[in-house]
Formats: sequence, C-alpha cells, structure tokens
Amino acid sequence: MAKKAKLSEMTDMFKDVDILSLEGVTIEGDIEIELDGLGGGFDPMLAAILGQENAVLAQHFARLAGIFGVPVGIGAPAAGAPAAPAISPALAAPKFKDLIPAKFSFENFAEWATPIQEVPIGNTSADGGSRGKRVLVGGEKALPFFPDAVMPNRNQVTIDVFDMRIGLAKAVKENYDEVMDSPGEWAKKNVEKFNADMITIHLISTDPLVKDTPAKEAAKTVEEVLQAVDVPIAIGGSGNPQKDPEVLARAAEVAEGERCLIASASLNLDYAKIAEAALKYDHDVLSWTQLDMNSQKELNRKLMKQCNVPRDRIIMDPTTAALGYGLDYAYTNMERIRLAALMGDEELTFPMSSGTTNAWGARESWMVSSPLKEDSDWGPREYRGPIWEIVTGLSLAIAGNDLFMMMHPTSVAVLKHITQTLFGSIEAEPIDLANWIGSGV
Amino acid sequence: MKINSPLEAYKYLPQTNCGECGEPTCMAFASKLIDRSGKTTDCPPLVKEKKFAKKLAELDKLLAPEIREVAIGVGDRVAKIGGDDVLYRHKLTFFNKTKMFFDVTDTMEEAALVERVKKITDYKKFYVGRNLLLDGVAIRAASNDPAKFAAAVKKVIENTELPVILCSFNPAVLKAGLEVAKDKNPLLYAANKDNWKEVGELALEYKVPVVVSAFNDLDTLKSLAKTFAEAGIKDIVLDPGTYPSGKGLKDTFTNFLKIRRAGIMGDTEIAYPIMAMPLTAWMSGISDPVSASYWETVLSSVFTIRYGDIMLLHSMEPYATMPEVHLAETIYTDPRSPVAVDSKMYKVGTPDENSPVLFTTNFALTYYTVESDLASNGINCWLLAVNTDGIGVEASVAGGQLTADKVKEAFEKSGFDLKKDVTHNTVITPGLAARLQGDIEDKLGAKVLVGPMDSGRLPGFMEKNWPPK
Repeated sequence: MAKKAKLSEMTDMFKDVDILSLEGVTIEGDIEIELDGLGGGFDPMLAAILGQENAVLAQHFARLAGIFGVPVGIGAPAAGAPAAPAISPALAAPKFKDLIPAKFSFENFAEWATPIQEVPIGNTSADGGSRGKRVLVGGEKALPFFPDAVMPNRNQVTIDVFDMRIGLAKAVKENYDEVMDSPGEWAKKNVEKFNADMITIHLISTDPLVKDTPAKEAAKTVEEVLQAVDVPIAIGGSGNPQKDPEVLARAAEVAEGERCLIASASLNLDYAKIAEAALKYDHDVLSWTQLDMNSQKELNRKLMKQCNVPRDRIIMDPTTAALGYGLDYAYTNMERIRLAALMGDEELTFPMSSGTTNAWGARESWMVSSPLKEDSDWGPREYRGPIWEIVTGLSLAIAGNDLFMMMHPTSVAVLKHITQTLFGSIEAEPIDLANWIGSGV
Repeated sequence: MKINSPLEAYKYLPQTNCGECGEPTCMAFASKLIDRSGKTTDCPPLVKEKKFAKKLAELDKLLAPEIREVAIGVGDRVAKIGGDDVLYRHKLTFFNKTKMFFDVTDTMEEAALVERVKKITDYKKFYVGRNLLLDGVAIRAASNDPAKFAAAVKKVIENTELPVILCSFNPAVLKAGLEVAKDKNPLLYAANKDNWKEVGELALEYKVPVVVSAFNDLDTLKSLAKTFAEAGIKDIVLDPGTYPSGKGLKDTFTNFLKIRRAGIMGDTEIAYPIMAMPLTAWMSGISDPVSASYWETVLSSVFTIRYGDIMLLHSMEPYATMPEVHLAETIYTDPRSPVAVDSKMYKVGTPDENSPVLFTTNFALTYYTVESDLASNGINCWLLAVNTDGIGVEASVAGGQLTADKVKEAFEKSGFDLKKDVTHNTVITPGLAARLQGDIEDKLGAKVLVGPMDSGRLPGFMEKNWPPK
C-alpha cells in the first residue's frame, strides 16, 4: 500500500532561551512524497519525513525506515569481480602440512539462576480493562539476546505524547506538528502510523513553573488518550516533586482498572502516595532512581515492604543519560543491575525502562553545527538526531533494558528492527559474504 | 590475567624497594602491575639482572591479558587491539578502544581514493578536552589483480600515517600488496580454509599480523588459529563473519559472545581479538544510502559493545562517524577514573573583577564540556564547580543534589565573594537549573541570569546578555 506523507512546516527548537516561544522557520513550499510499499517480514514503520531544505536529501530520507524490511524484490547485491584465479603454485610452500583439527566448545553461566520478574502492562476486557492487548516485559534468565537462555519477551517501545504543545527538535516536530494540540490525535498517530506498542502521556502542563494545570483537569487528558487508543499506556508527571504525587494519584483514579504504568515513584517525592494509588486502581509503578544501584535497591525495597507493591507491578527506571553525556554510567548501571539480579539479588530482579528520549538532550542531536571551528563538519542535524536516539537506546537494550520511552518515529522503527533481529524474530534472505571484497559496496 | 592481587605479583619482584620504577616500594609497583597502569619493563633490575630472568618470564605469563593484544601499523598512530581481561567493563575496564578502519578499493579513481584517505586521516570530533579520531584504512583488492592492488596500496601509504589492512583472499594479490607496505606493519586479510597455507607463509615471511576467517564456523576458525599459533604466528585476529540481517545477524552476535567468553574463561586457542564488518550492511539489499548508513552504524554499535576489537566500515557520513566514535569512547572509558573534578572556583582564560561568574556541577563530563565551550570561544570568566557528588546539572536538580544552599556553600568554600571579587555581583546559572533562580537570588543576595540550556550556546548568550544592564 502506498502512503502519502507531507513535509510539514518546520520550527526551530532552541532558537532562544525561552523554550516555549519558537520562531517559525519555513522551507520553500511543502513537498508531497509517494512512498513505496512497506513489505517484508517486518512491517517497517513509515519514517515521517525528516524535512530538509534540499528536496533530493528529503527523497533519500523519506525512504529511511521504509526499507528495513526483508529486501523484497531488491536484487541480490551487485555481482562482484570475477572469481579469484587459482592460487599460483609457486607460493604453496611445504612449511604448513595440515590444518590441526579443533572443536569449539561453550558453556552456559550456571550462576545466572534467578529469573527476572515478568510484569504485565495493560488490562484487556478479560482482566477488567479496555485495552486491546496486554504487554509483557521481563522474565529473562540471561543477559539480553544471550544463548544461555531464550529471552521470553521482545523489547517494547512506548512513544511520547505531551499534554501541551512544547518545543521539540526540528527533526522531531515535523512528525507531530499537526497533532500537538490534541493528545488524543497525537496518541492515535503514534499507534497507527508509527507502530507504537504503547503510549506515554506526559502531564507536563501541571508543573507550577509551566501552566500549573490542576490534577483534576490533567486527568481528563489521560481519559482522552485512553479513549483514543487501545494500547496500554504509561502516565508521566511533570517532574515536580511536590505536585506529581497528587497529579499521578488523580490520573490513576480516572484510569482505574487499565493497569497503566505510573511514572514515577522516586526517593525525593511522596512515593507512598503514588504506590497507594497504583494499588488501589490496579496499575504498575515505575521505580525511578538517578544512576545509583544502591538507591535503586532502596526504593524497590521500600515499594515492596513499606507500600506492599507486589513484585509483578514494579518496573525500574535507573535513568538514561545520552550518548556522550553519561551513557557509560547508564549502560554500566543497568548491566550491573541485571547481572546482580540474575545472580540472586531479589531487590533488583525487575524489568527496566529507559527514557531514551533523553538522547535529544545531546547537542550533537539538535545543534545546527559544531560550536568548535576545528571539528570536522557535523553534517545535517536532521540525520544526527534519530541515530543518537537509536544508539543510546540500542546500547541500553544490550545492557538489559526492556521498555523504551522514545520520541522520533524513525528511531522507533530502527530500534525495533535491530532488537527484534537480535531477539531472533526477523527473517532475511541469506547473504553470501564470500565476495564482500569485490562486492559493489 | 591469571593473578589479581598485588601480593601475588610481589612474589616475583626483586623486593628491594630500589625505587628505579618511580614507586616507593615493590608492593606499590605490584599494584600498578595488577591494575595494568604499569608494565614489568618499568622495573630495570627485573629486566636486566640474570637471576630474575625466570621470575620475569613467569610473571609476564601470569600478567598477560586473557585476550592477546595485537598491534597494527607503526608510529604514533599504531592501532593496538584486544588485550581484554573481563567480559563486563565494570569488572576492571576494557582496554584498547574498538579501532575503526574505513574501506577504499583498488578500482577507485586515484583522485577519489586520495581524497577519501585524507578525509579518513583528517577526521576529528572534539569531546571533553580531546579529539576523537578514525583509526585506519582497509584497502580492498576488488580488482583481484596484483599490480592494480599494489598501485592502490602504494597510493594509500603515500597519503596517510594511519595503519592499513590489505584485503584479499588471493595470496598472490596479498603478496603484491605486502611488497609495497611491508615496513608499515599492515594487517593481512585473510587466511581461510582454502588459502591458509599460502597466507600463513606470507604472515611468517613478512612478520605481519594476520586475520583468520571462517564464516559462521567456529570449529574451522579455531582450527585455523591453532594451526597458525603452532607454526609460530602469534598476532592473529578472528573473523567469524558479520552477517548484516535476519538470522545471520543473530548468529553473528551469538558467535562474538561465545568466542569472547571462551577466550576470557581460558581457551587460549581462540583468545584473540575479533574483527567485525558492519560494512556488510551495504550488501543487505538496503537501496536507500541513508538507511544503509544508519544500519551500518547500528551494526557498528552492537559490536562496539559486544566484543568487536577492530571494525571494517564504509560510510563516512558525519551521522555515521560521529555516533560510532562517541560510542567507542563511551564503552572504553575507564570506569575507575574519577567521576568528579574538585569542587572549587576555576579561572577560564584571564578573568578580572568585571568578568562573568558562572557555576556548573563537579561531574567531570559536565565541567569539561562547559569549560571547553567557554575556553575555546575565548570567554574569560570565573567557573564554580558545585559539589553534586559527580552528577550532571539536570539529574542533580531533579535528584536534589543541586540546590541554592549547595551553590552558596560552594561559593563560601571557594572563598570567592560576589560582592568584593567582582564589580557586578551577578551569577549565571545553567539553563537546566532555571528553577533555582529565585532561591539563589535570596541565598546569595546577588543578581541571577539564567544561562542557555546547552553550554554550546554560551557565546551567543554572552553577546546578548553581558555585561548586565
């Protein structure tokens, strides 16, 4: 099926300090592009157009995510040079006689004896909710994609929706510009066009420093999103420690029975109030700490022991730092947590979630060019942003992360394709590597 | 490494505390051997005196990393690969950042070849006080013609100091390339089960590191490595094949895990650095070049993390090279190196009583990023690193490690008085700490300007907002 996509008007995100007021930037007219069919085992997400002043670049980019499927109908790679001539006899020397036979062997790690808790998100009618499906994360018995034990559940992606129009990187904004004033439409577009497994609705307007929207009013947006889509949802506060407990408790109430993921409980706010509301109205709790394994254990322990949150309702967010801005801490924090859990630390045996959208905080993802003259050319930023989000998310998927909170549709498509390939559910035509040297690359 | 405590290494040392290695005692030197910041060659008596010869040999065997370290190229751009001791970076650190070699072919136009080689050589991306670089050139004998290949190799080594890889399965072609590049210590790609005798001969004759290649066949790979090792070839690199898609990619990922685990757990016959080939993304039928380049970066990322020590890459687009060099830097950063800088007042350039005063956190990454943005744009100012236990601005504001009190405390501890040491009694906060503006004004009794979200925008901010009205 062919899909039409429009290069919508682009706005520049960080033009000046005041993040909320933006100068409009227009490109010469809008270009409508016909996209060829999306085929193959993996239904690659249509990449919304990463707009570009130069139409030719836009054409390339328009096909970006559309191609990650099985190379349907695309011929085998260009025929390489003719087969190498026979080895000239003069070179064969007697020194080596025969290949010494050898057997490669490999053992599983016996110490990985403790499975990770499997946590369901979303209630279908059978479970007392109205979701069309239930998402399962966790349940691993080894590090992700390792041969020691089959990974029971694939990675899941929940795409961001904000309860107000906010400043976004140019390459992001043009995918959502026409739906940013209606969270319901925004959520629908994320599911229908961008293949979101789940939706995250961020109630950022409730921040006293933003619009200070009352909790009761913000909860209406949650209802709007629940009506608009039937995928499980995550509900985010504004990050304001004083107000979030009240906002999230109210949201939990209006979403009763839907088993949403309430984001987040943390040590520097009234986590008990959030946990209590999550239990009362049948939700899961996101246990958020800042890049510190011990405080993650502490918060999980408090949620379980003080607030009686059952194990199958806890997902951890150990914090995601962007590539180049602390990803090594985020990566190692997650890998250590997952290894400790597999080896028996019951305070850490939970699935993990990553705020991969943080990758867009890295200047490399949005800045027009390098602030340093000596740097090699950074090239167009429309191409840098998505790959920054992909590499940040992919690294954490390898460290142990299960659920990804993401923003850019192309990043979602590519991250899903690589994680599902490593998970083993993607078919592709076998490729002959033997002539890579002569191949047309 | 077979031993992991300084005490065990101490047994093999002269134990005379002579100090020639620069350490006060042999025990201090022993701990440097264990954390691999020191080498046995740093101890002159151990190396020179006959009576220690047996102990030195034994100690070197015990200290040798589980995975062999192989050097490619010569001079200061030599590429060292392998040499790891652990499966997870937090257990010690990873050694020798994944090295990235970009391809050229001997069928390219000469001008295009030279331009590409220069681009690979001159690439640099500034990051926290240093430049991230690309590591080498892989010359593919696409022509399969010895003379053509030799000409291309010659042209490459005339135009770069970087190490090179000679790529062909045809020994005659490899020999022609070796003749030209023999004093550049090139890596020979590759021996397989059809040509291993001839390529083995070449490796021995020219004393160069060599790749053994067996696509998705670990028994043959191990057999090739074992045979070469028995014949005295020690500098071996493994190419288990990098399939770019579907089940092939899944198998490749599993092969890398298995090889590295076996090597670290003691199978010395396969304990060699591994070569990954993200360049095969261009053979997987992706027609759009931007999508193919993205997929190459995805493969490069997977194998930077799971055990690729050297990589063959193709796309030179900035949106490919930038994330690739940054991820290698990230994964190979030594987790043992301190996270924080001292929390005190720093001078950037030559500030005076009229220069602006800014603060940031003492997280090493945050501090150096801000400092380099200011310094490289010639902004003379005072920069206060507030102690947030080494956490960045956004996370420490959210986590409560960065508050108005902490800023006040940091000013007092540094002995810097906004009212006396500068004329304007103004401080500039990071954009991400905007919510602290009011509190800071009250606590410091000073004027507060909210700076940009990203320190890269400080030059523009200063032009517009400094000096304050």
